[in-house]
Order: sequence, then structure tokens, then C-alpha cells
Amino acid sequence: MSETPENTTVLLRGGRVIDPSQDLDTVADVLIEDGRVVRIEGDITVDGEHTMIDVTDRVVTPGLIDIHVHLREPGQEYKETVASGLRSAAAGGFTAVACMANTAPVNDNRAITELIMTEAARHPYARVYPIGTVSKGMKGEELAPVGEMVEAGVVAISDDGLPVMNAALMRRALQYAQHYDIPVVQHAEDLDLTADGVMHEGEWSAKLGLPGIPGVSEDVIVARDLLLTDDTKGRYHVAHLSTGRSLRMVREARRLGVRATCEVSPHHVILSDRHVADSGFHTSAKMKPPLRPESDIEALREGLADGTIDAIASDHAPHHPNEKDTQFSIAPFGIVGLETTVSLCLDRLVGEGVISLPRLVELLSTGPARVFGLPGGSLAPGQVADVTVLDLERTVTVEASRFESQARNTPFEGWELKGGPVGTLLAGRPVGAWHG
Amino acid sequence: MNGVEAAWNRKDLLGIADLDAEEIVTILDTAESFSEIADRPIKKVPTLRGKTVINLFFEPSTRTRSSFELAEKRLSADSLNFSGSGSALSKGESLIDTAMNLEAMSPDLVVIRHQHPGVPHLLAQRLDSGVINAGDGAHEHPTQALLDAFTIRRHKGRIEGLKVAIVGDITHSRVVRSNIHLLNKLGAEVTVAGPRTLMPPAMESLGVRVAHDLESAITGADVVMMLRVQFERQARSLFPSNKEYFDLFGLTPERLEAAHPEAIVMHPGPMNRGIEISSKVADGERSVILEQVANGVAVRMAILYLLASGRGTDKE
Repeated sequence: MSETPENTTVLLRGGRVIDPSQDLDTVADVLIEDGRVVRIEGDITVDGEHTMIDVTDRVVTPGLIDIHVHLREPGQEYKETVASGLRSAAAGGFTAVACMANTAPVNDNRAITELIMTEAARHPYARVYPIGTVSKGMKGEELAPVGEMVEAGVVAISDDGLPVMNAALMRRALQYAQHYDIPVVQHAEDLDLTADGVMHEGEWSAKLGLPGIPGVSEDVIVARDLLLTDDTKGRYHVAHLSTGRSLRMVREARRLGVRATCEVSPHHVILSDRHVADSGFHTSAKMKPPLRPESDIEALREGLADGTIDAIASDHAPHHPNEKDTQFSIAPFGIVGLETTVSLCLDRLVGEGVISLPRLVELLSTGPARVFGLPGGSLAPGQVADVTVLDLERTVTVEASRFESQARNTPFEGWELKGGPVGTLLAGRPVGAWHG
Repeated sequence: MNGVEAAWNRKDLLGIADLDAEEIVTILDTAESFSEIADRPIKKVPTLRGKTVINLFFEPSTRTRSSFELAEKRLSADSLNFSGSGSALSKGESLIDTAMNLEAMSPDLVVIRHQHPGVPHLLAQRLDSGVINAGDGAHEHPTQALLDAFTIRRHKGRIEGLKVAIVGDITHSRVVRSNIHLLNKLGAEVTVAGPRTLMPPAMESLGVRVAHDLESAITGADVVMMLRVQFERQARSLFPSNKEYFDLFGLTPERLEAAHPEAIVMHPGPMNRGIEISSKVADGERSVILEQVANGVAVRMAILYLLASGRGTDKE
């Protein structure tokens, strides 16, 4: 996308502006000039030519950022492309995404990173921040060329899709990534403990006879990594954290000064493992980490409220319908999330009083920007005017067939949710068609 | 059989978890009326003449498959067998495509065995034909639980109030799950036991008592049901050796003393003599293992009859 701000003046009039970076929650106008925020005040008058967008009764926030998305390009364009993934992001209210490296081939070098950046520039619906692999070929053996990838645009490293199982490699990654001040993002899962598991090991796996993935499969890796992070003074981020025990360890480690952050995915705080049974073994209930029991959901919701969790990220994992339309045991793991995250969080987290609206905005903008050291997440004067507009009253019915994403694998089909995105601006320029 | 089918209006038999007590009793009572056919010189009735049943077995099975085939033949149904190996599935066709191709042949019923839990449920959503679960992974094996209940009822005259111990590899057993649902629904008191490495951590949530030694599991039991130990589990270090397994959980005449003096011993087969059960017990006077096999045919006839008759002649 073009980094050149457009030579125009835009006035967002009459919205409720929530910007956690400035501790702001007030009804005001937002003045944008040449792609940057100029000021936020009540009743701004503009002389001369400008675009006025009436956002009365809407909420104006820093552009939302999803730091855990699989765009599948290069190599798996039958599942998703950079173009369709970014259209999906914009439709879901996001102005930026960080895309995981487990493409085919994997993003373990400058050439692949540049390919993703080039493709993203051709489809400027949202910004893309690529994540590079930790290991060459994502084989978990040797460190990938982190410096060369960072030069090309990588903002973090992760072998997500797979864990870094080798503790020595993880230690090296935590040491080496400090040269570039980027976090090492872990898909925390002990593959030996997971074995052939396909859902959470607990009451429902016992009832359904499906092989279980115990919560401790995540916990042992998080525990190990927190020790390594403390030891190396590195920067560590837990992707899609899903258990209460892992969360407690992160909370405790941070209290001791360890530089650890974490994200959770909406489905892990909304659906429990019971959903596998309730959905009749539907493959849209299959993802990694698996849906956990109510006790974990309660713990994660506490973590959202008390500040332990830094970001909500969708783990948008598109698959082709042919891959998901099969028996539970052999279907690939993962669900899409870009176009459901905002409405799910507004309805189920803010609507149910789990967190406040400003806290949700923080978890979706300021928080993720801070975790990966990204620009954005703020509407402070001088910031690039990436903006999301929300409508808290709009009723959204999830209809996968209408997704901008190529994929349809969502467990939320048919859900009626209160609140959703209206549209986004990138550097002051409205993206696509707005809702209402 | 007039009167009993009133409690039956299901298209499929996917699991015992879905059934209520009345439906279970309907099947058992219907099976009683079919059981005498095995004693006739001509072991065949015209009940399902003109009905087509497809037996779709993706996993090797001798007992269950033969039992279904015999039940179908004794009811005069036309039956057709597909097995996992040699079928289109091994040529890369998806399960759903295989099912849709079978559906195109307009069967009345499809009997399915598959190694993955939920496959019969998936087929039932897609097929107009009635679907009978003949075992889906470690999930359910409803016809086995029904024939077990039939056998217990014949010996004890009731299910309610009985103490039933089920012993062995609980994690990987579909037989245990279906039996727990059925026995709980009919008012029995179920205890399960097995090595801790073969016991799901949340097993109590199924409404059973969990014991970790054989003696406490079977003390006072009216029914002792032993499960097959699958050898491939040992390769994954779920238990160290067959000898250790037998030492901890093998059923011997001495250990059986702890059970009720008139306790019966059951096993869904195939048995590993000397591993989960000693030959003295398997062939002893308490054993009803071969009766289970015989009763299986009558129970499956009842199920085929109830499902097929709900979808044909009545409507016409």
C-alpha cells in the first residue's frame, strides 16, 4: 500500500472517540490532514475543501490490528491469498495484520518476505506485517536468517503451526532476536504430549472417544520458555494462549520482570470443548490449541480484564471447504476469524460485561501494536490516520457465504451478534464499502 | 411385536447417549421376540423382504459384521458389503463421496463401522437412508451395549439396581462408553477400572465410579465385564508389558471370588486369554461370553426391524 499520505483533509464528525494510548473516551471530531491525525476536539470547523464523514452514534478507534493471521500465500492460494485475506481484514474492521510464516515455501528468507510485501502493496485494504520463521524451513533445527528478514519487513519470528520443540534452538532465538528487538512468538505445544490428540483432553474427549490434547501440553512449553526468556532477557510472546495455568505463569513471570506477552483468540474465550459434542463433531470445532473447558475460559476472561493478556488475535486459519468437509479426526486444525472477531468481542465480552469497551479497543489496537512494536494503535496528533469505526447497535448475523475471505470454516455460522465494524480508514483514506 | 414399536421413531441408531430408557427397553423387548428364530429349523422370516442394507466396514471386524449379516439374512433383507480396503476410499475418494455414491443406490439402511468417532453422525446428516453405528472409534458401539444388556437381563431379570464393573482399556473402548450410557439410563450402578494410563482423566463425568484396582472394582459386582487389551497400546508405553497388565487387572478365578457369588462374566471379544482374562474364567461356569455372541444376532435383527419398518411399509 502507498505510504504517501493523500493530500486531503478528512473530518470524522461526532463520534465517540476511544484511544487507549491517550486514555481518551469522549465524543469529539477527529481532524485528519495528509493522512495523519491533526487533532481531536469537540466541534472542529474546517475551512476549505474537505471530506466530512458523519460518525454520530459510532465509535472511533485506532485502526485495529490482528497480530495472528494466516494469509496462506505463497503456496496455498486455494485456501486464501494476500488479497482475499486483506479484504477479509478490512471487512472485519482491521487496518493491519501480522501474517504467519507457515506458507509453502515457508517465510524463512528475504525473498518470501518481499513477495508478501509486494503482494500486500498491490491490495491496499490493510497493512501487512510479515512474521518470519524461527528456524530454516520451519524444521526446528537451525536459526533462520533473522536479520535479512527484518530488513525486508519482518516484525517477529515464529514457527507457528508448529512449536519450537528444541529448547536449545528456542534459547538461541530468544538471544539472537534481541539484536533486532523483535519478539519470539511461540505456538506453545509439546508435540509428544499432544500425540494424536484432536480436541481438549477432558470430560468431552472422554465422552466422545476422541484422542485428547491435554492442557499441560501447552503449559510445559510456556513454563520452559518463560525460564529461557528470564535466562536470556529476551522478548517472548505466547500465541493463542488457551489455558488458565499458562496464563498464571505468564502473570507471575511478568511480575518478576520477565519480558513476556500473550494473546488469546476469541473462540477460546467464547466456546468450550463441549462445543465439539454440541456441534455433532463439526470440523469447525477443531483447531489448535483446542477449545478448552469452562474453567480455562473463566481464567482467560479474568486475564483479559486484569491486563495480563496483551492482545486479542483471531488466529485466522483459512482452509478449503473440501479439506474441512470430512470427518473430525482427519480434518485440518483451524478456523477463520478476521470477519467475526470484532462482533464476537463486542457481543460476548463487552456486552456480557467481561471487559469495558475501551479495554477491548486496547486489546485490539494499542496492545497488539505494543507487543510487536508496530506503528499505529494510537490516534495521537501526528500519528498515521489508520482508524476503525464501530457501530455498537448494529446486529450482525454471521454468514460464512458472505465472507470476503475465501474460506468458510467458522463455528459461529448463524450467530446473531450485537455490534460490529462500520469501516476503516488507512492513512485517512476510507477502505472499501462501509456498513451503514 | 404389536405395541412395542410405538416407542420407536428414529431414522438412525447412532449411539446410546441419544436414546431414552423407553427406547432401549423397546429394542430389548423386540429382540426377545426375534430370539426364538435361531431355534427354528428354518431360520428365516420375510420381515424385511425387499429392503436393502449396506454394510460399510472401514475397520476389520469379524464378530460384528457377521452378526449384522446374519441378522439381515434371517430377516430376508438384501445386503451388500463394502470394506475399507479395496473400496474407493483407499483410492482417495472422500468419505462423503463414498457415502453419496452408496446413497445413489437407494439403500434403506447403512450399517457403518469406522475408526473415527463421529463418522456415523456425519453420514446420518447427509444420507436419507437410516444409519446404524456398528462402532465409531472409541466413541460408541450401541449394538454391543444393547446385546450386553439383553444378556444381563436374561440372567438377572433386570438391569436396575445391578452393580456392574467394567475393567480394562477404558480410554480406547467404545464398548465401555455405550455400556455406561445404557446401564446408567436403566438404573444400574457402574464402576470402571483399568490402568491409570488407559483411563481418561475425566471419566467420572460420565456418571461412573472410577477404581484403579481390580478388587475394589469387582467387589460385590453382579456383572463383571472385561475389555480387550489392544496390543498396539503397549508400543506407546501405555503399559509396560502384558505380564504386568495381567498381574494388575487380569481376571482369575481367585480374584473373581470378590464379586457377587452369582456374578456373570462378560467380554465383547475378541479375547486375549492370559492377558485380561484367564482361560479358567473365560470358559468357566460364570462366563456368558458365547451367549453374548448368540444374542447379538437377535438384538441386531430387532434394530434392523425397528429402523427399516419406520421407513417403508407403514408410510405406504
